[in-house]
Order: sequence, then C-alpha cells, then structure tokens
Amino acid sequence: MIYIIAILAILFVVLTFKVISQTRKIINKNKAGGGELPYQGAADSANNINAAGLLVFWILAVVGTTWSYLHYSQYFLPEASSVHGRETDFWFWFSMAIITIAFFLVNTFLFLFSYIYRHSNKRRSAFYTHNNTLEIIWTTVPAVVMTGLVLSGLIVWSDITGDAPEDAEVIEITGRQFAWMVRYSGEDGKFGDANYKLMDDGSGNPLGLDFADPNSFDDFSNSTELHIPKGKPVLLRIKARDVLHSVFIPHMRVKMDAVPGMPTKFWFVADKSTDEMKAALNDTEFDYEIACTEVCGKSHFGMRMVLKVDEPEEYEKWKRAQKPVLTLNPDLLVKVPEKLKARALKYIEVEAPAAAAPKDSTATAVAAAVETK
Amino acid sequence: MAAHSIAEGHGHAEHGHEEHHEQGFFSKYIFSLDHKTIAKQYLISGILWAVLGGLMSVIFRLQLAFPDMDMSFLKPVLGHWINESGKLDNNFYLALVTMHGTIMVFFVLTAGLSGTFSNLLIPLQVGARDMASGFMNMISYWLFFLAGVIMFTSLFLPHGPAGGGWVIYPPLSALEEANPGSGAGMTLWLVSMAIFIASSLLGSINYVTTILNLRTRGMSMDKLPLTIWSFLFTAILGILSFPVLFSAALLLIFDRSFGTSFYLSDIYIQGQALPNQGGSPILFQHLFWFLGHPEVYIVILPAFGISSEVISTNSRKPIFGYKAMILSMLGIMFLAFIVWAHHMFVTGMNPFLGSIFMLLTLIIAVPSAVKGFNYITTLWRGNLIFTPAMLFAIGMVSFFVSGGLTGIILGNAALDIQLHDTYFVVAHFHLVMGSAAFFAMIAGVYHWFPKMYGRMMNSTLGYIHFWISFIGVYMVFIPMHYVGIAGFPRRYYQWSGFKVFDTFADLNIVITVAAVITVFAQFIFIYNFFYSMFKGKKASANPWKSNTLEWTTPVDLGHGNWPGEIPTVYRWPYDYSKPGAPDDFIPQNVPFSATPESNTPEENDLIAKEKEIENIKFDYSIPD
Repeated sequence: MIYIIAILAILFVVLTFKVISQTRKIINKNKAGGGELPYQGAADSANNINAAGLLVFWILAVVGTTWSYLHYSQYFLPEASSVHGRETDFWFWFSMAIITIAFFLVNTFLFLFSYIYRHSNKRRSAFYTHNNTLEIIWTTVPAVVMTGLVLSGLIVWSDITGDAPEDAEVIEITGRQFAWMVRYSGEDGKFGDANYKLMDDGSGNPLGLDFADPNSFDDFSNSTELHIPKGKPVLLRIKARDVLHSVFIPHMRVKMDAVPGMPTKFWFVADKSTDEMKAALNDTEFDYEIACTEVCGKSHFGMRMVLKVDEPEEYEKWKRAQKPVLTLNPDLLVKVPEKLKARALKYIEVEAPAAAAPKDSTATAVAAAVETK
Repeated sequence: MAAHSIAEGHGHAEHGHEEHHEQGFFSKYIFSLDHKTIAKQYLISGILWAVLGGLMSVIFRLQLAFPDMDMSFLKPVLGHWINESGKLDNNFYLALVTMHGTIMVFFVLTAGLSGTFSNLLIPLQVGARDMASGFMNMISYWLFFLAGVIMFTSLFLPHGPAGGGWVIYPPLSALEEANPGSGAGMTLWLVSMAIFIASSLLGSINYVTTILNLRTRGMSMDKLPLTIWSFLFTAILGILSFPVLFSAALLLIFDRSFGTSFYLSDIYIQGQALPNQGGSPILFQHLFWFLGHPEVYIVILPAFGISSEVISTNSRKPIFGYKAMILSMLGIMFLAFIVWAHHMFVTGMNPFLGSIFMLLTLIIAVPSAVKGFNYITTLWRGNLIFTPAMLFAIGMVSFFVSGGLTGIILGNAALDIQLHDTYFVVAHFHLVMGSAAFFAMIAGVYHWFPKMYGRMMNSTLGYIHFWISFIGVYMVFIPMHYVGIAGFPRRYYQWSGFKVFDTFADLNIVITVAAVITVFAQFIFIYNFFYSMFKGKKASANPWKSNTLEWTTPVDLGHGNWPGEIPTVYRWPYDYSKPGAPDDFIPQNVPFSATPESNTPEENDLIAKEKEIENIKFDYSIPD
C-alpha cells in the first residue's frame, strides 16, 4: 500500500511541476504578446471547458455516489437488534431518502445552470432581483418538511429516553481507562451502595462497592462480558470512574455518555440473541460489541467489551453461576462492619479447608481478619 | 451619522492620502496600522497554519488507512512520536487530531478567514480610510500571532500538545494523569486560546464599529454588499460568544491549577480517589458549545458573504433576494445562539432539553435552505464567467448544500443516538463548514488578490487547483459518510480491535489517498499565491468589472485607500446587467442622474436626493 501511495505522490509532484512549468511558458507567451486585456475578468478560453467540466463532474458524481452506495451498503450495520433501533433506523433511512432527493435535485440545478448559463457574448444576464412568491415557496417547503421530521423525531426521542419499564433488568456499566466493567445486583435484585472513595484496584474493589450496605454482598461484576436477556427491557446504569466515556453498542443503536459524578442511563430491548445473529449472518465468530465513543485517552480505540444476548432461561442460568465480588475477593470482608459479618460470611466460600492448602491459607486469613475486628 | 477616520482624526489633511510620508519597514510591514497590511498578515498566517493543519491530517489519515504502516520515514520530523517499530504513538495520534481541529477551526477558518476579509473589505467596501481603530486592529493581529506562537510551541513539548480533542472536554483535559497532553500541552492550549479570544474580540469590536460608523456618504445599511452584512453578523456572534469560551477556559484553568471542582467530581484515577466533588463535566460542555456552535457560523457566515459577492459579480447578475439573504443570515445568527446543546444529545443531559434543542436546530435548516436556493437562482439566466474565484464559490455552495443536508439527520436527537461521534459527524461538518468555508476563503483570495497585491493570480493554475480540490473533497467526504453509517467512531487510532469496525479498509484507503492528493494540491495554490505576488500579471483597477467600492480605488492603493475624496454611494451593489445600461455593471458610486437610460421610475425619483447625499458633512472630531 505504501508503495502505491509513494508512486502516486511522486506522480503527483512530477505532474505539478510539469503543470507549473507549462503555465509559466503560457504566462511568458502572454507577456511577449504584450498589452493588457481590457477586461481581465472577461470569460477566457477555458470558460466553456470549466462549464462543461462542472456538468460532467456532476454526472460522474451521480453515477459514482449511486454505485458506491450500492456497493458499500452491504458493509453497513445489519438490521438493528433492538426494538427502538429498528425505529430509529426507519427514520434514519426515511430522512436519508428525503435528503438524498434534495442532494441530487439541488446539485443538479446548481451544475446544470452553471453549464447552461455559461458566458456568451451574445447574451446578457437577466436583471432578476427577487421574487417574493418564489421566496415564500422555498421557505415554506423546507419548513413543512422540517416540521414533519421534527415531530417524528420528538416522538421517537421521547419514547427512547422515557422511563424504563418497572420490570427492566437493571445492569450497571462503568467506564474506566481503558475498559468497561459491569455489575449485576445479584440474587437480591438490589444494587449495593457504591462510592468512588472506596474504589481500590489493588484489593479487588474497582467499583467502590460499599460493604457497609448488605445489598452489595451478592453483587457480582464482570470485566469481559455483558450478558443481557433477549426480549426483556434492559436498563443500563452508566457510570464513569475517571474521565468521560461513552457506551456504544452499534448493533443495538445504543449510545450514552458515561460521566464521572453523574450516572446516566439508557434502556432498550434486545430482541435478537447472539446465537440468532450468528445464524442470520452465517458467522460463527459473531459477537455483539461495546465500544467507547467519547475520547478518553490513548487506548480509547481499545475499550472493547463483548455483549452476549442470551435467551432468558440461559441468562438466568448464567447469572446464577456468577460469583459475587465478595466471594471472589474474600479479603474484602474486612470492610464489612462487625454487625453484618455474619451475613457477609455466607458469601465467603470456605470450601473443604483440608482439601486445598492455598485456599486454606486464605480461609485462615479471613478467619483472622474476622477475629481481629 | 458621525464618521471618524483614523487618518483624519490624527489631524492629517482631509484628502490626498496617497502622498504619504515614507514609512519605515517595521511600521509598514510589521506593526502596521493599515487594514490592508493587517489583512495580508492574517492571510499569510492563515495559509501557514492551514499547511500545518493539512499536513497533520495527512499523517493521521495514513495511520487510519494503513494501521500497519511503517512510518519510520517520518522520524526525522516527528522524532520520538514514531516508536522503534515505526508506529505512530497513539497519544500523539490524539494530539494530531486535536491540533488539526484547533488550528483549522480557530487559526485558519476564524482568524484566517474573518481576519483577512473583514480587515481587507470592510473599510474598502463601506468607503472608509481605515478601521475605526487601526491601533486596536494591529494589537488584534499581534495577539493572534502570539496565540499562534504559544500553540506552535506546545507542539514541541516532551509530552506533546493537548490531546483531548479540540473540544477539550474535562476531566480528560483537566487531569494530567489521564492523558500526557493534558499537562503542559493543555496549559499552553488554554493560554493560547485566551489570547486568541482577546484578539478576536478586539477585531470584532473594530469590525462592528467601522461598519456602523464609518460608512461613506450615501452608504445606508440597505446598500451594503452582502460581504459586509456577513462580517457584521460574524463579528456580533464572536463578541457575544467568545467570552463564554473564555469563562469555560478560565474555570478549567482553576480546576487544573488551583484545585477547584467546577468540572470535576467523583474521580478515581491511577489508584487514587481525587478530593474533587460536586463539579460537572456537563457544565463545561454547555459553556464550550455556547461558543462552539456559534463558532461554526462564525466560520460559515463570512463564507456566505464572500460567495454572494463572487457569484453575483461573475454571474453578471444581481444576487437573487438581497433582503432574503440578509434576513436569512440574521436568522442564522440568532438561531446560532440557541442550538448549542444539539452537540450534547447523548451526554446524559435531560432528554427534555434535547427535545427543545432538536426543535430549534431543525429550524436553522430553513434559512440555510433559502440561502442555497438563492445562490442557485442567481446563477439562473446569468452569464457566468468561471474565474477561479467563481468556481470555488460554486464549489462552496455545493459543499454547503451536500454537507448541510446531513445536518437534518444529526439534528434529530433520535437519529443522533447512533451517529453521534461517528465518522458521519466528521464527514458532515468537514463538508458543511470545513470545506465550504475553506473554498469560500480560497475564492476570496483569487477574487481580491488584485486588490491586495495589484497583480492577478494565474487562472490556469487556479482551474487546476479547483478541479483537484473539488473532486478531492468529495472523494474524501462522501465515502466518509458510509464509514459513519457503519458506525465507525471518531478519534480512533485504529479500528481493527473491533469486529464490527473491521470492514471498510478499502474505503479508508480511498479516503486517505484522496485526502493526501487534496492536501498536496493546495501547494499549487501556494505557489500561485507567492509567485503572483511578485511576478503576476499587473491588474487593472477593476479586473472583474465589479460594482463595489473597493474597485474604485487605484491599483496601487496606499494608506487611506482613495487618493482623493471617498466616493459617494448612490445605489445598491448589485446593478449587474441592468436593462438599458450600456455596460453590464454600474458601480455603486455612479449616480442615478448619470444613468437615465437604465433607471426605474423609483430610481428617477431618487435623483432629487443626490445633492442631499453629496452635501452630508461628517464630523471628524472625536468626541470626548
């Protein structure tokens, strides 16, 4: 590729110099001819060529845009996998149709007039200063079209951004440099409090769960995959730890910024499971992906998380198999206030102390921690 | 109607300004008070910045098209920003896109465009000897120069220049630990912008004052060329919105250096929880876009003005709907202030606010459409002369229409969810404000070059420059829309990490090749510009047979613009191809009494008023 660029660049430079030297010859010739033209602005010999050029350009542009659109549209995103996404897609393509018509129409007039009314000594321009009727028409027509688009947009927008249904599955997603982390409320269905001052990557509490709140005992998190159920409203509670991020799920037509200090939200219903998409696209490798779309630093382009849309039963099964943060990081038990220790201990797996020595040492550490507090 | 011309104000003789005392090199070319010299200073600075900004885009476009490319050949220029394996450093990639945006938006399309043409044309077209305050004007340029020096210095910092995008959203821009560019680079960015804002304000106040107070006899507001109207609206926009950016920057400086929490809250970074609480990053975005959105109109309004003038002159036809053009610019200016939050639909801002801003945003499409239609109707039944300026002006209209249309989609909050911060947005604004304004600027240079340097630019080179640029821009930005529809996010160093963005490698190569060619084609223009400055064909006083006042000045115009009395204005600037008139143009300073063959009955009535206009005496004393 680099060679192609290099060759093009060289070709280009050579041509430029060729053109420049050629032009200088012409300039010199003109100088030799002597005398100033009375009207330097009068149409020169290139006028017709430029006029025709504009029209030819436009014809080629129409062909080119049409072909390239048809050719490249196969690489656009597949049909939205979410309910609201199909609606915004519809309005997107609807608006695209309108503006494409306007694009072709207005440019056609522009270039056609440029060609038709190119300079001729036999003709004089019309002295046509204004026409109120015309002005009113072309103020009103866009105004009416705009009103239509605004109304449709307002309705769709308020539906999408309205409150999530009561039964929505609430999942928290947090952006950090440079990864996403998700948190589920666990079997109690309630998120424990979290506080950024309690965040601690070293001790396995990157989300700052507050273990003084017993609701956080069963909260579990994941930093590689977000699982959501198919066909059920999902409400993302979106948070950021350090700088702005933005949750972008291209296939779901979901996007919302993650703002430090101000949780945001976005709810949607995904109605095509990952497996269904694999089958539909005939691509066993397919996965939904989550990206970041608010510049957040050097690895902004690498904030990838996989989204798995499961059938509801599978989703419940997956959830049950997940281990709470506390279970995975038993050291966090020291953060639990004395009177809640007993409840917290339920989430600490003390599996067969005799069986595995390393586990054992953890268990003793935990026991020691319990005793000292 | 009080008019104060600087020259007169300083007690010189009232007429005969061409007989000037010899100025030293410094006062003539460097610290000049002459609006024409200041305009040239802005223009040449703008061109130099445009070269730098353009070359930056070449580097990051190469990165985007060829993520595996060995860029070792750039090592002599970029030094440690190319690592051992020949890869562009990804922090520096962000710095490049940030600097490209900052340079192009502020230094090229604000200072280079408004600074050049407002300075050049306002006194010449309203009939004034200079700006209201030549001294303020000089200070304005040198503050801009200083801002440029500071921004340029930041490129050479060990940790690089600012790298959080040209919108410098905190917390990224506030925390050095979040991004190396947010250290000294960001400090210099903020200092540079603060100085730039001061420069812009001094300039804008001068523009407004000159337009309102220094018009010549008979130059009532309804006889002003559309260029002047556009500069007036631009200056008002700048005066009202730039201070808001200043406040945003100031609060950011406080957050960065003095431990305040205007924009910072609940941050845990690099293993540490910061003490800041209660601030809001969204506040910054509101303040930023309160300038940021008017800024795009600060860029595009002068472009409208220039294209109107160029298209009308070269169509040999009055601009269609002069009043409608002014009203639509007025409408756009007003609406420009109340649509800023359409940049923030998905920031977590209250969705109701999103609805309001969507409504207001889509209203702005109406005056914009009117402008497009009026340009096209101006061409209709014209007698078009395709000078390079005319070609670029037509290109500007095409870009404005094509790029503006996608704004209808992006202004719709529901559709913006998917498209926000994707290449669809990048393609949209590069066409509608970037390329359109750039083309108008180029058109302006070709058109007014004879007035600036007394020589003509080479038109053959101009045609070649136009055709490569015009085709090139479309080749870059039409495919970029496709990339955007496919959801590709902007400010990505590479996309291959995502399966969903792992398509379109070929299209990105097309875009890059077209962009490289387009950028390098600008060197044809630069060659033409500097060559013609010294060796170009000598221009006549009115080479385009235009009506506005600047063409009534001599070819080699000195300080004071008109050697004798400033001409009196009797008619609007668009009397082209008037029925009955022998020539196809009647300059503004030709009285109706001299053109009985082409006057309308109403204009015949105005003959009686001519004496009155000629007898206007300006009070040149400066009141206390």
